[in-house]
Amino acid sequence: MLEIKNLHVKLADEDKVILRGLDLSIGAGEVHAIMGPNGSGKSTLSYVLSGREGYEVTDGSAKLLGEELLEMEPEARAAAGLFLAFQYPVEIPGVGNMTFLRTALNAQRKARGEEEVSAGDFLKLVREKAKTLKIDAEMLKRPVNVGFSGGEKKRNEILQMAMLEPKMCILDETDSGLDVDAMKLVSDGVNALRDAGRSFLVITHYQRLLDHIKPDVVHIMAAGRIVKTGGPELALEVENNGYADLLAEVQA
Amino acid sequence: MTIQQAKADALAARLGAGAEGQGGSTQQSWLGAAQAAALARVQGMGLPGKRDEYWRYTDPSTLNVPKALSAALFDNRGEPRPFSAVDRLKLVFVDGVFDPAQSDSLALEGIEIERLSQAAANPSHWAAGLYGTLEARGQTPVERPFAALNTAQADEGVLIRVTGKPSRPVSLIYLRKSVDCDAILHHLIKVESGAELTLLENGPAAARLSKVMEVEVADKGRFHHVRTQGRDHDRRAISHIFARIGAGALFKSFTLTANGRLTRTEAFIELLGADSVAHIAGASVGDGDFHHDDTVFVTHAAERCESRQVYKKVLKNGAVGVFQGKILVKQGAQKTDGYQISQSLLLDDDSQFLAKPELEIYADDVKCSHGSTSGAIDDTALYYLRSRGVPLKQAQSLLVLAFLAEAIAEIDDETIAEDIRGRLEAWLHRHEHAGNGQ
Repeated sequence: MLEIKNLHVKLADEDKVILRGLDLSIGAGEVHAIMGPNGSGKSTLSYVLSGREGYEVTDGSAKLLGEELLEMEPEARAAAGLFLAFQYPVEIPGVGNMTFLRTALNAQRKARGEEEVSAGDFLKLVREKAKTLKIDAEMLKRPVNVGFSGGEKKRNEILQMAMLEPKMCILDETDSGLDVDAMKLVSDGVNALRDAGRSFLVITHYQRLLDHIKPDVVHIMAAGRIVKTGGPELALEVENNGYADLLAEVQA
Repeated sequence: MTIQQAKADALAARLGAGAEGQGGSTQQSWLGAAQAAALARVQGMGLPGKRDEYWRYTDPSTLNVPKALSAALFDNRGEPRPFSAVDRLKLVFVDGVFDPAQSDSLALEGIEIERLSQAAANPSHWAAGLYGTLEARGQTPVERPFAALNTAQADEGVLIRVTGKPSRPVSLIYLRKSVDCDAILHHLIKVESGAELTLLENGPAAARLSKVMEVEVADKGRFHHVRTQGRDHDRRAISHIFARIGAGALFKSFTLTANGRLTRTEAFIELLGADSVAHIAGASVGDGDFHHDDTVFVTHAAERCESRQVYKKVLKNGAVGVFQGKILVKQGAQKTDGYQISQSLLLDDDSQFLAKPELEIYADDVKCSHGSTSGAIDDTALYYLRSRGVPLKQAQSLLVLAFLAEAIAEIDDETIAEDIRGRLEAWLHRHEHAGNGQ
């Protein structure tokens, strides 16, 4: 599904190198988790994959279903099936949440040569998906993320994911700012989307999210590289012992 | 030559041009008397010059010249006209002259509509003694010579007296056929106590338009006004609203301005009765050789009134936007709630927004806020939209419309608001790429 090879990235307007030869391979239907200390480059990886400006790829490649992502515009990556659930979902005053969802859905369909969804069908679909995420009609009417609580913003991200049905989902610290109940709700939303044809990359600091969204593979990232890869037990090890021991072991 | 002499000379030259018909009515009629009084007013002022503080950001010279400069007629390529979806009573003016053949019958329940030139013959007409007086009040504290000149010269326009709640809006449509004619229109609207009117205006009117609209809203009256100024790019226009608002009354006005080499839109609004509301808003979009000026003066002279000024401008390719807005709170106007926002979205580095927000407050228990900003499209929001699959141009349009939303929200009628949104969307679509097609 996603094949990242030797990815090197620096900040576009500074000489700061963030990713230093990152390799990652995620198969169809798999759930991978990336953990790592602050500043290891986890969020940068998600931004670079989704096409945010301000980063310069100096080497390497990232392919989604064989297509080079790094050469595409952000909207083309989305149409190709990539979705990033933001750590800090963006507030857009003046754009209604419904308008936003429908515009995005139809733009992707158009880009793929599919027919646009009618207003009626869209409404039915969004109501059904919103209900399971406990998103009420009021939240759908409001401007995108404006006045939403931290939990509401994250639920709104998952709603977008459910509507857009991407193939490769990246969740960037989706657990940050969530209470226990909200985390369960969001995780249930994600688990409902797990499918043989859909893969997930879950970026998190805490093992707790991984109790809800059970990963197949766990990676530890440090200084812009994957330094260790293992099963779900690796996340428990981090939870119990912290990164220090683990990183010392890798460096040794 | 002194500045004052230059202003007087400019006025003399403009008055001397004659072709635009000056004070057509006889001195004996109330209209003639109003014209003579206004002529004396404007002769005391002369026409504005660049040195005038009120004209610092907008060069009045093309408004001053004796004859209108020619302006190419705009071909709208068969696009639907503004407000097509609204059931309304249509009054059509061609090159500034009322055209009964294209207009609907003036009869409508709850409202009296007459042509200015015809009403002037009736000495006991309700407009006698009111016509021109709101404009005259609006000459202090700041002189508005073009408004006085308009009153001195106009003999075309409509007089509207609203006594009930007419079933449909009145729609003034200003068509143009001549490439270089002036149009001078002066309307007077009186909304009686408890009555309600929605007034729509659209169209470019002339190569050069001078328009005054005096609006008196009596206690508990309600007045809604929505206009679009026409897309003829070469046209020039100066228009004024003078409004006097009674107790517990509502006044709402929204203006859409797209294109236009020079458009100055002035409003002078007085809240004279307690508990009344006045909202005035504008959205303007300009690409290239575009200069648009909103000059607004709101006076709170009674307790517990609310006023809002909401102006949004989208500028590209060297377009210039001007906002001069003032809230004056008089002594005794306690519990005033005044709000003013003027913002520009600059789509490139060449465009310019000049803003002069002012507050002048003589009461001690008031809430007044004002803000003015200039900025570019928010990159983070743009990235967020694109990351969801919305193509760049579409995402930009969405964000531009979002920027304008606060001004459009001042339109109460959803069908009309949707019409305005559609027009802005179409404009943005046409102006996605460089160059200033219309």
